[in-house]
Amino acid sequence: MTSPLLQVRNMSHDFGGLRAVSDYNLEMGSGQIRGLIGPNGAGKTTVFNLIAGMYKPSEGEIFLEGVKIDGLPPHLIAARGVGRTFQNLLLWRHMTVLDHVKMARYSKIRYGLFGAFFGTPGRNREEAEIEEMAVSLLERMGIRHLADQVVLNLPYGAQRRVEIARALATEPRILLLDEPTAGMNPEELAQIMEIIRRVHGEFGLSILLIEHRMKVVMELCTTIQTLDFGSVIAEGTPEEIQNNPRVIDAYLGREGAV
Amino acid sequence: MIRKIIASYSRVPLLGWLLGALAAVALERLAGAPIANFLGLQKIPVLFGLSDMIKSPVRIPNVIGYLLIVYAIPAAVVPRICISPANGIAALLLRYPMAISAAVHLGLLYAILHVWSGISDYRVLVLRLTLIAVMLTLSLNVVNGYMGEFSCSHPGFMALGAYCASVLTIGLFGDPEFFGVASLPEPLGPFLFPAVLILGGLLASVGALFVAVPSFRTRGDYLAIISLAFLFIVKSLIENLEFVHGSRGLSDQPDWAGLPTVFIWTILCIWSINNFVRSTIGKALNAVRDNEMAADAMTVDTRRTKMAAFLFAAFWAGIAGGLFAHVMRYVNPGNFGIQNLAEVLAMVYFGGLNSVYGSIVGAVSISLLGEALRPLEIFKWIIIPLLLILVMIFRPTGLIAFRDLDVANLLKPKRQPGGEA
Repeated sequence: MTSPLLQVRNMSHDFGGLRAVSDYNLEMGSGQIRGLIGPNGAGKTTVFNLIAGMYKPSEGEIFLEGVKIDGLPPHLIAARGVGRTFQNLLLWRHMTVLDHVKMARYSKIRYGLFGAFFGTPGRNREEAEIEEMAVSLLERMGIRHLADQVVLNLPYGAQRRVEIARALATEPRILLLDEPTAGMNPEELAQIMEIIRRVHGEFGLSILLIEHRMKVVMELCTTIQTLDFGSVIAEGTPEEIQNNPRVIDAYLGREGAV
Repeated sequence: MIRKIIASYSRVPLLGWLLGALAAVALERLAGAPIANFLGLQKIPVLFGLSDMIKSPVRIPNVIGYLLIVYAIPAAVVPRICISPANGIAALLLRYPMAISAAVHLGLLYAILHVWSGISDYRVLVLRLTLIAVMLTLSLNVVNGYMGEFSCSHPGFMALGAYCASVLTIGLFGDPEFFGVASLPEPLGPFLFPAVLILGGLLASVGALFVAVPSFRTRGDYLAIISLAFLFIVKSLIENLEFVHGSRGLSDQPDWAGLPTVFIWTILCIWSINNFVRSTIGKALNAVRDNEMAADAMTVDTRRTKMAAFLFAAFWAGIAGGLFAHVMRYVNPGNFGIQNLAEVLAMVYFGGLNSVYGSIVGAVSISLLGEALRPLEIFKWIIIPLLLILVMIFRPTGLIAFRDLDVANLLKPKRQPGGEA
């Protein structure tokens, strides 16, 4: 029996006395798009930070293809194939678009510090390879013409694409997208959904998606988890979730509570 | 008309400008003294006449006349005349590996510095100290600019390098009493000098390790505080080591740090730092500075990046210290204090963060200005900080910040504007 791509078992996390995530379980096979929804403060981003290693879970375990990854430093988890984007666009303000994508190849660079200091032929060859790969990735994301721009000057939609391109350059097995459509106009929204579909199709990636817009989640995801106060309150297909009374309660408040 | 003349200069390649500068310094060497006498100056103005102007304001027009005749006119006319031969030669050189073209340009640059400084020993000294300042500024820029942390320990690293190199050269080649062993043969010295400097640099890196290990565990102001403490520890350590003569200082280092040596080391420093900051591994510094969490998520080993850069910067500061000791041929702990720190920081922030050009411009301008304003005595320390404040107001990141030094781009011939690139 092969182990699932990503498996999270009984994961909990406390911030001081506050239990932000409690007894969270997830099992994802390859090629799935899964949604993670829930009201503000439900702990969705915390789940991402735990899987990506930004926080260490207080309890529970995380496995990537059967290998335990919780407790590893975040850059090693990323190098093993957990790519992510951030809710509030964590781009490097002084760097060009091309450099963003090249940077994500960091863990695959073989020339080492010696090559970096002395500009060996091997380093030049490798830098050229990285650049070629980065340019082709930008091409596929439709932002090749922006390669030499500093990200600060780009419109919001383009910045989102840079973030996704950058995450793809790490060659992830699974991509964690944290509200990729936040703050977008309808036109940009349609484009980003198209990109997510393409990324899923062309790169054969599994995607875990945090999203607030129901339309996006319902269209893209095959399975959806709903989180409230750190616990999973419902899991199922989009239709099941839409009609689940506990989900409706979590979003709209209990009848008569006001 | 004027615009047309200026536009014609956009086609001058670097080679052309170097030829112009060479013509200017050659003219000064051959006819500088008669021209100065003719203009009513006693001797050749030593550092572009600024100090002469301050000393006797009446002669300001004479000095300006001298500067125009000797520097400005040749440096303007020669590049304009040899636009097409210079472009031709630059194009020809690029058919060979870039190292050859770079060597020709550097050879010319060295020739210019050599001829210019040949006028007086004072110029040689100022020039060597300026080159050392370039090394220090650039290496500090790796930490304070590219990495975006604030390190105060650079004079400390410099002191480690200076004392390590001095102890080795004095002990092994100079004073036989020093180690109590016989001196090595004198002619061997200049050949072992690079090894001695590198040892000094490595010692500085080891010192840097003591700062880096505790301060890079977390982000924030820790590095500034710990590195400042390190500076004081190194200084008082040396003051209390009788073995290196405490605060009396070490003197009589062999005279091995001539202009060619300092020039070569400076070029090596600029070359390797530029290599580093332009590689993806080096650019990880910018990623760590701009957003460490994103850097982590993009597989960047942030700790390794920071440590490597900090140790590398300390290494070059150590080399610069070793050279400094052998240029001055006397060091004492007082050379490596807060004032030195303030000067290097001023050069970094004046010139521009995150930029090799900026560091060169900052180091050269503050060093030369510091020398030229010497007659003003204490007022020098009012004018230079005022300048720094003005730069901070109008260009908060420094004069030339966030600019890459692309050697290939620099060396290539310049075509007609609008023509084939």
